[in-house]
Amino acid sequence: MARLTYLDAGRVALAEEMRRDPAVWALGEDLGRGGVFGQYRGLVDEFGLDRISDAPISEACILGAAVGAAMMGTRPVVEMRFSDFALCAVDELVNQAAKARFMFGGQTRVPMVVREPIGMWRSSAAQHSQSLEAWYAHIPGLVVVCPSTPADNKGLLKSAIRCDDPVVYMEHKSLWPLEGEVPDDPDRLVPLGRASIVREGSDVTVVSWSQQVHIAADAAAQLAKGGVGVELIDLRTLWPWDKPAVLASVRKTGRLIVTHESVSVAGFGAEIAATVAERLHAELKAPVRRLGAPRIPVSYAPPLEDEVRVTADRIAAAAREMLARPQGPSDEKVEGESSSPS
Amino acid sequence: VVQETGSNIDIERLRGHHRLMQRIRAFERQALKGLTDKAVLGAIHPSIGQEAVAAGICAGLARDDILLSTHRGHGHTLAKGADPRAMMRELLGREGGNCGGKGGSMHIADFSVGMLGANGVVAANIVIAAGAAHAVRLRGESRIVVVIFGDGAINRGPFLEGLNWAAVFRLPVLFVCEDNGFAAMTRTKAMTGGDGPAARARAIGVPAGEVDGNDILAVESAAAELIDAVRSGAGPRFLCARTYRLTGHTGTDPAAYRPREEVEARWQDDPIARLGQHLRLAGVTDSDLAEDIAAAEAEMARAYDEALATPYPAAADAFAHVQDIGDPRTEAY
Repeated sequence: MARLTYLDAGRVALAEEMRRDPAVWALGEDLGRGGVFGQYRGLVDEFGLDRISDAPISEACILGAAVGAAMMGTRPVVEMRFSDFALCAVDELVNQAAKARFMFGGQTRVPMVVREPIGMWRSSAAQHSQSLEAWYAHIPGLVVVCPSTPADNKGLLKSAIRCDDPVVYMEHKSLWPLEGEVPDDPDRLVPLGRASIVREGSDVTVVSWSQQVHIAADAAAQLAKGGVGVELIDLRTLWPWDKPAVLASVRKTGRLIVTHESVSVAGFGAEIAATVAERLHAELKAPVRRLGAPRIPVSYAPPLEDEVRVTADRIAAAAREMLARPQGPSDEKVEGESSSPS
Repeated sequence: VVQETGSNIDIERLRGHHRLMQRIRAFERQALKGLTDKAVLGAIHPSIGQEAVAAGICAGLARDDILLSTHRGHGHTLAKGADPRAMMRELLGREGGNCGGKGGSMHIADFSVGMLGANGVVAANIVIAAGAAHAVRLRGESRIVVVIFGDGAINRGPFLEGLNWAAVFRLPVLFVCEDNGFAAMTRTKAMTGGDGPAARARAIGVPAGEVDGNDILAVESAAAELIDAVRSGAGPRFLCARTYRLTGHTGTDPAAYRPREEVEARWQDDPIARLGQHLRLAGVTDSDLAEDIAAAEAEMARAYDEALATPYPAAADAFAHVQDIGDPRTEAY
């Protein structure tokens, strides 16, 4: 075990995979100088500029070139800088990378990782703060990963690099400095598609991912003081998501809150809520709750920016409401439906 | 006019071009017939009148060189060596098509001959080609990459990004703009600023040539020169081959947006007829040329009949080749 930041865990993972497999290389803007957040710091010294490749500010070409290079037998790791900028390369990701294997009838594979840092970070406003993971979960052909801890950022990035299909890998910018224990073993992978049970409990299941897991953990600690047992599930991978883990937990607790930083409307929480409602309706002791951002862009000024945050207090309050309420349909106001701005 | 009255080798080479161009045309005419008969299922984009570009470019390529094409890609794919029987099955959505019936005409690909796919999105293939060339260089391979796109593609961002990328990294790629004058159903000039494809390429730092794309000999020699430069490690090159699309944008587009006289005049410049003139000058007889046409038509009619007799893929195939982790055979919902 080593104590590493989330940022360094990702850097170590990439370096280990590049040592292990000469086909792995990385490309993106500013990589020769360590990347915009320092996630590639020092790698060019070990691997050279051919394998830690700078790129022009040409998102479509960075991603499109990775598609071509992947089809030709290399395993590119693409740095998109901000998930917001990756929108300049949606054709290359959605129409090309995600579809090539299928559309060409299995003649080719596109083993690539697309790193798209997400989330709110230091008053970055509307074009540098988005969490668009649900978009990619919607696209057949893609794997979508949202790690929340240093250990997972190492183990999941390694699994993503070894995956033979395109992976959208979404690190949260606020988590870069987060420290944690990280296994040293270069062959210790975290499997894609498996959730982690962060905390066990029997009263309410809270499902989350990325930075929001830490906020949900604060809520769970708060609730524990009041005797409420939260089972907190960090989904880690959005596609494929760990349905067995979530369904087993909700079977046990009978209550589900899904919380994410991204917009609630058509967010991935809706998919989880719908699945649980379809499969476990009779076992639910309260209606499923979704706690995500309202459908407004992220602001710059802190009081405005804070309006989109789902706080630990809100999660705890929702859990208490669910526990207070006997079984039956809800008539309460649903999040995001308030008739006037508060 | 290029005179090719030399050796038997030259004549055989030209005769080979003639056979290939006739095969491309026969394939597309058969596909159009299949469209009328409702056996060809989706849109097809014929390249009738543009066969000299496909044949002339691919004449300079080896089997393991890489080619990327467009939605108008039947000719390029055949010229790279793909089997028309598998292609016809693909157009009919049948088992044994190049893509197992999953792609159709717009996604035709044959990786076994280095043909990395047609593409349904204009200019998308340019950046993929830059990346394929990047991989060739990273892996220390000696092959080259050629990407063919239309004149409409020069107005999309990936044209700028892909050419710049190849120039910056000095990649082994030949960009070929097959300039047929039309961007879908609009004259490209009406929607394009500046001095055209080659000028744009030069402005980005990619040396560019221009050629009469209906003259197979001119295309072949221009391409050969540029391919030599690319193979020698000189970095990317660009060729604008001016041609004309004798049919509509798709197999069902009557192309009423252009005068009939214009199209009739352009038929006088038919690249296959022009090659026929060269061959006659070199002593090839009319009956030899007719033999090439008959052979091509018979081959494609046979490919079509065989495809018609082949079943559709099993419905469960819709779930194959999507992804391993999160495989829809267990995780579709």
